[in-house]
Amino acid sequence: MSSGVQTKPEQLEGWNRPPVIAPEGEGELLEVAMGPHHPSTHGVFRMDVTLDGERVIGLKPVFGYLHRNHEKIAEQTSYLASMPYTDRLDYFCSLTNNWAYALAVEKLAGLDAPERAQYIRVILAELTRIQNHASAVGFLLQDMGASGTPLMYAFREREKILDLFEQLTGARMMCNFMRFGGCRVDATAGWLDGARKMVAGLPNFVDEFEALLSTNEILMARTQGVGVLKPDLAVNTGVSGPMLRASGVDYDLRKVDHYGIYDRFQFRVPLGEHGDIYDRYMVRVLEMRESIRILEQALKDVPAGPVMDPKAKSRGFRPKPGEAYGRIEAPKGELGFYLISDGTPNPYRYRVRPPSLINLTILEDMCLGHDVADVVLIFGSVDIVLGEVDR
Amino acid sequence: MDEHLKIELGKQGIVVTTLQELYNWGRRNSIWPMQFGLACCAIEMIATTMARFDMARFGAEVFRPSPRQADLMIISGTVTKKMAPQVVRLYNQMAEPRYVIAMGACAISGGPFKQGYNVLKGIDRYIPVDVHIPGCPPRPEALLEAFMALQKKIDAQPLTGAGRPRFLDSEARGEFPIPVPGEHDLEPASNRGVWPVEIETGTKGPRD
Repeated sequence: MSSGVQTKPEQLEGWNRPPVIAPEGEGELLEVAMGPHHPSTHGVFRMDVTLDGERVIGLKPVFGYLHRNHEKIAEQTSYLASMPYTDRLDYFCSLTNNWAYALAVEKLAGLDAPERAQYIRVILAELTRIQNHASAVGFLLQDMGASGTPLMYAFREREKILDLFEQLTGARMMCNFMRFGGCRVDATAGWLDGARKMVAGLPNFVDEFEALLSTNEILMARTQGVGVLKPDLAVNTGVSGPMLRASGVDYDLRKVDHYGIYDRFQFRVPLGEHGDIYDRYMVRVLEMRESIRILEQALKDVPAGPVMDPKAKSRGFRPKPGEAYGRIEAPKGELGFYLISDGTPNPYRYRVRPPSLINLTILEDMCLGHDVADVVLIFGSVDIVLGEVDR
Repeated sequence: MDEHLKIELGKQGIVVTTLQELYNWGRRNSIWPMQFGLACCAIEMIATTMARFDMARFGAEVFRPSPRQADLMIISGTVTKKMAPQVVRLYNQMAEPRYVIAMGACAISGGPFKQGYNVLKGIDRYIPVDVHIPGCPPRPEALLEAFMALQKKIDAQPLTGAGRPRFLDSEARGEFPIPVPGEHDLEPASNRGVWPVEIETGTKGPRD
């Protein structure tokens, strides 16, 4: 193999790229294909890593192993029939995917979800965020070698949340719950009581989780100062979500876009300082706490009323020609749906802006110069789901 | 052997069994699955191994990342045409005895993504599948049910004669051809003998 490793010709300000030192003499570089079957790749993802000894000097992501033609299928089916497919984008957070898609279509068709539906949406989205962040931290620790235990804690809590989803929507993971102009069914008083009881137990879980992990010596040693992402690079590459906030950029669509009814709730946006893996872990834990705060406020006063906009039509839905972009703060970042309507029952163009894929684009810049064992951690800290990366 | 005599001997601390029963008892209670997640179903597979559903009760909690150490491959999710060669290759790398569970609609037939140009319409075109679980995704209980079905299947396998497991059959096929991307589809479109109906390459069916 040649030793001619090229650096990028022009370097951005704050570009996190350590100088590449050519191996001495006839040093040989090693190319390792991590994946598509690799326990740390969270599915079917491949990283072609170029190594000088243990040190990473190049990383080429290869994806498309789970390309399921989501956008093409959506352009061939009616608007409503795409709703179940959005469940399968980021299969941890089906309800936030539903919401983002419903929001885009509502913009297109001029519908508005009633008050009670808005509350139910917020409750479901924040529950989704908690279970996603808990699982993400669990998987990160799994990659670190804490085989099982943190993930078991996370999944114990996740099962409780999934029970709530199942009671309301009929499915554990693929909820298919939001509709254009509201929600499919109403939450009963019993369900809301159950949710209140469940949320009351959540702070204990986060405390336990933090006692287990936050000051853990191994976690701190493995994550602090590793995989640093500078804020200007993060902004330049379009990174969003906890990744961006861990780098210290105050950007949360719930505050910026004022979608739904998030204006009514008191919550803070946790920010990181160093942009390393530990900050990303910490931001996720703190976001769980803020989500619990939102849930407590939202569950306190859910107004009575319908859950569907009376203007909404379930059959023969044909929005006027036009285009719309609906975006929400999904647990992984900015999830957007861009739709162009030509007046027919199917969208003319249907495009997903997946946070997982765009957060993944800076993987190489975060990994360069680190050991190959850290690549696994840095990759885990991005928190991706392959269904959303490849679509 | 007389059942009553067997029980009577059992009380005396003497266990009488056949080699086949003992052998299959050991095999069915120590199935190690491969740590291999493809898509959405993988999350339900992970949920099955966690505390609530606890696959360890079936002796199957040891997920091995390497195909060399695994007995069971759970095809948990959509197999795309880019991934199918890798799945067959991993199956070939597993040592006998090996079993396959096709988990979920996508692994069985392509499921909701069947009309997609890049989705394989069922992994059983390339490798033999022992248990199919319908669902999108199947619940963890369904995966446990599939496990029990697989255990029953292993239990019923005689060690000699017809119906013996593949690894005791010197005539049986060990390796399956790995498909390669062709002009329009993977080639071959199916492995001979695995899929009940031969699919010719280049057929112009709307769904193929």
